[in-house]
Amino acid sequence: MEDLLREYLPIMIFLAVAVALGLVFLIAAAVLAVRNPDPEKVSAYECGFNAFDDARMKFDVRFYLVSILFIIFDLEIAFLFPWAVAFKDVGLLGFWSMMVFLAVLTIGFAYEWKKGALEWE
Amino acid sequence: MTAFDLQAILPELLLAVFAMFALLAAVYTGKDKATPLVTWATAGVMLALALFIGLGEAVNGRAFGGLLFEDAYGRFAQVGILVAAAAVLLAGQDTLVRRGLGRFEYPLLIALATVGMMIMVSAGDLMTLYMGLELQSLALYVVAAMRRDGVKSTEAGMKYFILGALSSGLLLYGASLTYGYAGTTGFDGILAAASGGEMGLGLLFGLTFVVAGLAFKVSAVPFHMWTPDVYEGAPTPVTAFFATAPKLAAMALFGRVLFDAFGQAVGDWSQIIALMAVLSMFLGAVAAIGQRDIKRLMAYSSISHMGFALIGLAAGSQYGVQAMLVYMAIYLTMNVGTFAFIMSMERDGKPVTEIAALHQYAKGEPVKALAMLVLLFSLAGVPPMVGFFGKLYVLGAAVQADMTLLAVAGVVASVIGAFYYLRIVYYMYFGEAEERVETPMSPAAWVMLMGAAAAMLLGVINLFGVEGAAAQAAAALVN
Amino acid sequence: MTVAGFAFYVFALTVLVGGLFTVVSRNPVHAVLWLITAFIGATGLFVLLGAEFIAMLLMIVYVGAVAVLFLFVVMMLDVDFAELRAGMAKYLPIALLIGVILLVELGMILGTWVTADGVEMLAAPVAGEVQNTAALGMVIYTDYILLFQLAGLVLLVAMIGAIVLTMRHRRDIKRQNVVEQMHRDPKAAIRMIDVKPGQGL
Repeated sequence: MEDLLREYLPIMIFLAVAVALGLVFLIAAAVLAVRNPDPEKVSAYECGFNAFDDARMKFDVRFYLVSILFIIFDLEIAFLFPWAVAFKDVGLLGFWSMMVFLAVLTIGFAYEWKKGALEWE
Repeated sequence: MTAFDLQAILPELLLAVFAMFALLAAVYTGKDKATPLVTWATAGVMLALALFIGLGEAVNGRAFGGLLFEDAYGRFAQVGILVAAAAVLLAGQDTLVRRGLGRFEYPLLIALATVGMMIMVSAGDLMTLYMGLELQSLALYVVAAMRRDGVKSTEAGMKYFILGALSSGLLLYGASLTYGYAGTTGFDGILAAASGGEMGLGLLFGLTFVVAGLAFKVSAVPFHMWTPDVYEGAPTPVTAFFATAPKLAAMALFGRVLFDAFGQAVGDWSQIIALMAVLSMFLGAVAAIGQRDIKRLMAYSSISHMGFALIGLAAGSQYGVQAMLVYMAIYLTMNVGTFAFIMSMERDGKPVTEIAALHQYAKGEPVKALAMLVLLFSLAGVPPMVGFFGKLYVLGAAVQADMTLLAVAGVVASVIGAFYYLRIVYYMYFGEAEERVETPMSPAAWVMLMGAAAAMLLGVINLFGVEGAAAQAAAALVN
Repeated sequence: MTVAGFAFYVFALTVLVGGLFTVVSRNPVHAVLWLITAFIGATGLFVLLGAEFIAMLLMIVYVGAVAVLFLFVVMMLDVDFAELRAGMAKYLPIALLIGVILLVELGMILGTWVTADGVEMLAAPVAGEVQNTAALGMVIYTDYILLFQLAGLVLLVAMIGAIVLTMRHRRDIKRQNVVEQMHRDPKAAIRMIDVKPGQGL
């Protein structure tokens, strides 16, 4: 257990440095920088106009479909990692088990392709 | 994986392969035009598998290293689930097409949900249980929200999804506690861990959370809140499905977990189940009285019926399990028939669900009204319909297990509940004159309605042999 | 305090702070970012437990995909979060009550921690040459093949569900037809016309 954690020490140090550096910049900006705000200076600048409306606008629901399909295949890939690592030990059953799993999702893929879910229109 | 594993999983495997094949076939050919064909094919495969499981050679044992139990109990539930799912698919097919919801994904999602349910009832491990449950639930969330332009249907799907996720969370929390205290997720291991004298407080907490999660799925009080809204909002053929196969699956799963995993601690869970049974019966009976919408009424009716089925489990005996299974079989038949009628209710081509629309219905359609009369009497538990014998069965189990108070509560609740069923009958025969509701039915739906009504009368003779099968199933579970 | 102990408190604190600000922050986008912070803290905790694969999964799937999807949804829905939050004060007492009950339950469980035999070894990964991911790989595809294939079916249902619920087939637009496009040849598509001056077509 100790060995395992020791292997992660560089990442730990890296994280610590990242957090420290971020804090240094924030604090430096707060302490050192000259601040002289006025309403015109801090307002949004939109090419000479006043801002028309809020920057947040509604996304099309099609983005959602694409991203949910992405997540499903992302999970499929996640299952491939342990399979690849243990490939020598899983034997023929393990191999075909993964092939069947991929086939099921390929059927899903063929379905969504033919259904037109991947077209952007 | 051995040949026995394959044999044990064969029905589920065939159904899943069929669903995937049909999905591709439909999307590459007629798309939604192929819906009737896909629906009939799905129902045909389900019925064939039910025959295969019911009449095939019985093999018992543990498959996949204890992940799956193959026994008479699981087979009984699987046959019930398959038949109910096929019946509801056939009865609802015409209605769905007429309401513009005839999408070919619907029967296939139902088929995949059925695969999940079949896995659930034969689960031998908390992990298998969870996977089966999620496969079932996920497909059902989707069909609940299938009419996506309707606010109510979307709301139904949303509510069902969020509360279902919550219940899955409770179940998982309980499962992880159980795992922590028992050291295994296999039912055999949990049984062994609980048998060493007293069951630890940790396992008891695990059991409670698992029971709470499952109670959500059978919609037992106090975990029933989602039922009326979901039943009302979902398209009626989908509601019909919700009220039948998943209820049997969840109830059978309940029995499986309580007896196979926590069978050494009957005293511990029996009181929880008894409490839920009493609450469900009374709340279902009382809350249904004020309902104006027949789908909401059926939701409360199903809550009440689940209470009665839970009495059988609360008895904690082999006879109790047998009573629960017989009760569920009768409940499924009654609901298939009743919903075949409810989904045909319309006026000027628009679905109608108000109870008031049934005024004087018997004058126009005496045959269908008579069938409904039989079904409603049976739902209320009026002798000599089969529904009465179902209630008698579970109450007898409670008396036999020295739970007389529970039985008395059951009798009182069924008397209260009879009121709202009989009120519908009263409306149909003696209501005030009003614009009548039309009920155009496809032949399949007509057959379901009449068949269910006939079964309620003819079943009195020997319950069509369900009793014997249920006794075998109960003996396999409680050994 | 060992380094591992110190790291545990840091990550646990990250999870708690992240979770708290997810709930209380005014801007929904900030809430999602806090949620990501909480996920990262949880990743650290999983690494400390020796569950490396789950830690990486949390990073790839939750931080990489789910959180981004959350951002999508937050931006897609035109929800007035300030209004939603107004209801929070109303439900605060009952939420606190449930929280306290859960806390008491956890306390009771910890107080009576009696585990079955052989559970102790489950708390830590099995020592030896096999690393975490490979150890998982050795059982998922063979011993737990049933659950693995069921997971595949669940993903299939999710795919069908997403399409059934959100896809709208628009008819009023022109689509690309790849096969037709590839079969097109100049002979059928191009017509040479000699246009005389002053005449037009």
